[in-house]
Amino acid sequence: MIQILFFFFAALAVGAAINVLVQKHVMYSALSLILMLTAVSVLFILLKADFLAVIQVIVYAGAIMVLFVFVIMLLNLPEDEDGADRLRWLKFVGIPLGLFFLVLVVTTLWNVEGSAGTQQQIVGSPAAIGQSLFTDFLLPFEVTSLLILIALMGAVVFAKKDL
Amino acid sequence: MIPIGWYLILSAILFLIGVLGFLIKRNIIALLLSVEIMLNAVNLTFVAFSSKHGRISGQIFVFFVLVVAAAEAAVGLALVIAMFRNRESLNVDRSNLLKW
Repeated sequence: MIQILFFFFAALAVGAAINVLVQKHVMYSALSLILMLTAVSVLFILLKADFLAVIQVIVYAGAIMVLFVFVIMLLNLPEDEDGADRLRWLKFVGIPLGLFFLVLVVTTLWNVEGSAGTQQQIVGSPAAIGQSLFTDFLLPFEVTSLLILIALMGAVVFAKKDL
Repeated sequence: MIPIGWYLILSAILFLIGVLGFLIKRNIIALLLSVEIMLNAVNLTFVAFSSKHGRISGQIFVFFVLVVAAAEAAVGLALVIAMFRNRESLNVDRSNLLKW
């Protein structure tokens, strides 16, 4: 049963990710990416990372992608994708190199030494995440707030009228 | 139970799709979307290894990656708006003033 769920949502994620690339208009790409993010959040649930699955839907699909869709609709983009001819001959180099890259990443990840010690199943509940976040990772957490502040100021400055 | 290697292969495939999209797309918003795909592939790897090793640190890292992705989207889209306002196009090939 779990295998069926995994394969279904893995195929959904890969298909949606490919669909992001093949769509001509960027609006459809963004909507397809939302589908991919939701499929990945289901995979998080299968890995017992409940809190991250919820956060993935709320923050990614709910906030970041809404920002993307908002900007795409605001700009009223024309449907252009010129410059594709320029890359025609690169296909013969790019596809083998891409497959080589895939093999490289898979073999690297496959051969990672596993720490065969602790095999207890962890559950990424909000309590566990919060406990770790506010004790062991308190300084990175605070630095994160600084990062958000800087990003906020940067976004305001960049979007100003007279750049 | 699903072997952890399947998750790793899936995330490698997703990362490859993200890299491909970043290289072949010309629209700058599509490039940002490809970056989001890559970030998600890495997140999946983090969670898979967190589950394998029985430690929660990997999930904390995903949390930070999410924050960085949010900041990147905010700044990136502000740049997109500024770029569109200045040259009426989002094609990255048109923004070539710095090219020799």
